[in-house]
Amino acid sequence: MLDVLSGFVDELRASGLPVSVTETIDAADALSVIPLDDVAAVRACLSTTLVKSADHEVAFGRVFDLFFSRRGLPGIPSAEILIETESPDVEEIFVPGRLSGNRRAIDPRELRERARRALASGDEELLTQTAQQAVELYGSVESARPVGVAYYLQKTLRALDVESILSQLLADARSGTEPGERIGGDAMHDNLVRSELMRHADALREEIRREIARLLVDERGAGAVARSMRRPLVEDLDFMHASADDLVAMRRAIYPLARILASRLAHRRRHRRRGPLDIRATIRRSLSSGGVPLEPRFRRPHPSRPEIFVLADVSGSVSAFARFTVHLVYAIAEQFSNVRCAVFIDGVDEVTGIFRRAASIEEAIAEVGAKADVVDAHGHSNYGSAFRLFAQRYGPSLTKKTNLIILGDARGNYHSGESEILQSLRRRAHRVFWLNPEPRSYWGTGDSIIGEYAPHCDGVFECRTLRQLKDFVDRLA
Amino acid sequence: MTPAYRFSDIKSVRDALAAVGYLCDDAIATVLYLAERLQKPILVEGPAGTGKTELAKSLALALSSRLIRLQCYEGLDESKVLYEWNYRKQLLRIQVERNEEDAGREAHHDEWRRIEGDIFSEEFLLTRPVLEAIRADDPVVLLIDEIDRVEIETEALLLEVLSEYQVSIAELGTVRARQIPPVVLTSNGTRELSEALKRRCLYLYLDYPSQEREREIVISKVPEISERLADEVVRVIGLLRSLDLQKHPSISETLDWARTLIVLGIEHLDEAATSSTMNILLKYREDIDRAQRELLGHASKPRA
Ligand SMILES: Nc1ncnc2c1ncn2[C@@H]1O[C@H](COP(=O)(O)OP(=O)(O)OP(=O)(O)O)[C@@H](O)[C@H]1O
Ligand SMILES: [Mg+2]
Repeated sequence: MLDVLSGFVDELRASGLPVSVTETIDAADALSVIPLDDVAAVRACLSTTLVKSADHEVAFGRVFDLFFSRRGLPGIPSAEILIETESPDVEEIFVPGRLSGNRRAIDPRELRERARRALASGDEELLTQTAQQAVELYGSVESARPVGVAYYLQKTLRALDVESILSQLLADARSGTEPGERIGGDAMHDNLVRSELMRHADALREEIRREIARLLVDERGAGAVARSMRRPLVEDLDFMHASADDLVAMRRAIYPLARILASRLAHRRRHRRRGPLDIRATIRRSLSSGGVPLEPRFRRPHPSRPEIFVLADVSGSVSAFARFTVHLVYAIAEQFSNVRCAVFIDGVDEVTGIFRRAASIEEAIAEVGAKADVVDAHGHSNYGSAFRLFAQRYGPSLTKKTNLIILGDARGNYHSGESEILQSLRRRAHRVFWLNPEPRSYWGTGDSIIGEYAPHCDGVFECRTLRQLKDFVDRLA
Repeated sequence: MTPAYRFSDIKSVRDALAAVGYLCDDAIATVLYLAERLQKPILVEGPAGTGKTELAKSLALALSSRLIRLQCYEGLDESKVLYEWNYRKQLLRIQVERNEEDAGREAHHDEWRRIEGDIFSEEFLLTRPVLEAIRADDPVVLLIDEIDRVEIETEALLLEVLSEYQVSIAELGTVRARQIPPVVLTSNGTRELSEALKRRCLYLYLDYPSQEREREIVISKVPEISERLADEVVRVIGLLRSLDLQKHPSISETLDWARTLIVLGIEHLDEAATSSTMNILLKYREDIDRAQRELLGHASKPRA
């Protein structure tokens, strides 16, 4: 049993999930107190002991499906098969099952009708059945093909023709429903039905994907399929190539990071300032002077608020990163008052006020796009001129408590870098950090002048993923 | 000694919670069941208003235990988590000694030592929620609510207590737990909690419930509602949660909305009723605009 569990844990780790030894032991303990023929309970056990972040749920689900649920094996509790690895029948149980034996002929018309009902109702049972039969009928594994879930998924969806079923259902929903059963008029009714159908279609697609993965496991083994399905976790996605969905997921992860970042940057000036009166210590102290509180004692002060000035490149060459940057800066600015931000291309403009007024991140991004006056001459990044303007306008407000964080790829379009301005900014500030969204291997190639700036920073970090951002934040500790 | 478990199996957890009005699915029930068997704290995360706090309250009710709640906030420290000395009482005590001294008795050094022992004794100790929970004689459930709000130092302190189940008080020595109570920690995810804390806990992500479960929740919490209106309510909520909004409506907002509709005497949802009460569900102007468009607007063409 521990063998299977440790194989499972290995695969989770290979997918990037941090699973510790104690957690693996917890998982084993948990499995020992639940019925192993209850797949849902097994799943809940493993998930609650091994996965400690909502962001890792999806990756966990995929690996779990591969290892623990084979509904294709009638009457055989799936987890037990895997846990009793000693059993001599295992091979036998695995191989035949659904692939050869009890295959009933599936009527495509019946299947389509079932799919229609499944999509209309969203009923889980029906969706699962539909997925199983669709894969059985259309998704048969071609042995010459490399392992690839996406290929069979597309093939099955096309053959089942989900799109046409959906448009039929939508049309029916208009004509077929009694007015008494509707919510609101035509528009509202249509919108509700469409939204529901879309969600049911997503669920069907997901069921089909799981079914195909299972089938492939039977054919090729869990390891091979798992390897082919590994996908980067949110924290490992490259900002530059993130899709819209990825960005939504990243945005959720940014808020906690922003908070940690800001508190790490806070100075702890414990020895210089006093906290509130510590009555307990004062009383204890007073006992040596006959109960007279001669010497007041103070608590350690709370760390002061950080002062951060963020200067971010928002030019085309880093536009994907810039969006992310703005998210990060917005998240920081929302929680802390001593944060100022400026953006630049070849001109510089402070956007702190925009962030404070904006009701939402979308609004902030739109406002920055519309209002920030960042183009001085050409609209291509010019770090030299941006730094000069920044130093003129904001240099005087930097103090020995200010952390200056520069976000950009240091691609200056062959303009002069004027790194001595950065040098003088660093003398005024507490610390200067540079976060570069380009892969380190590109640094210094072409018009990249990061090497010219690096000596004038307290740290230069590659920052293309949330993980790297986390690492940066951790290093500030 | 085999401890007497209060839940015999996963289903009994579900039933016990349903009996006190908390409707949960099997995944939630499994985690609660495991928490008792493995004696581990549960860390519950999830969007606002998905029933994290309510889960702990309901667990206490279901177990007929007293709920001890530590509400976290920034700046919360040891003296609010574990214990504090009752310094008013201590000062009074010292005052009494000094008055006697003034009255002519010369207090010796030894005597002040005795007084020190005196005033740092149980009598002068104020126990705070976490210490109270592990020292209680009656059954309790400890809720540490919104732990993401405390500083990392306080988190570490809590972690220590939850691992050792003992507290050392400088003046008194080590205080051991009389019981290991069920512990529920909640977090709204405003910051990442330490790995150590997460390792120590069972993890439960409470997402929005399925449409069926939410319908049941509505019907159980707003009994005046008709099945049909409850159904309409959760369908509209389902659409809103599928949009990319800044803040999705939570279960509490679903319930508020259902209650409002009842008060307004609305029996069926339609455009006017939905539109005029949308501000109960959504808090941001842009979200409301967006929802109006997606829910009430005319779609250009059926997309399928
Ligand atoms: N499963 C459930 N069964 C019955 N009622 C529920 C359930 N889940 C949530 N509720 C209701 O939703 C309301 C909100 O729940 P609760 O306050 O526990 O949310 P929360 O997750 O702690 O939110 P926050 O993050 O804002 O503290 C509760 O008043 C409760 O009545
Ligand atoms: Mg709460």
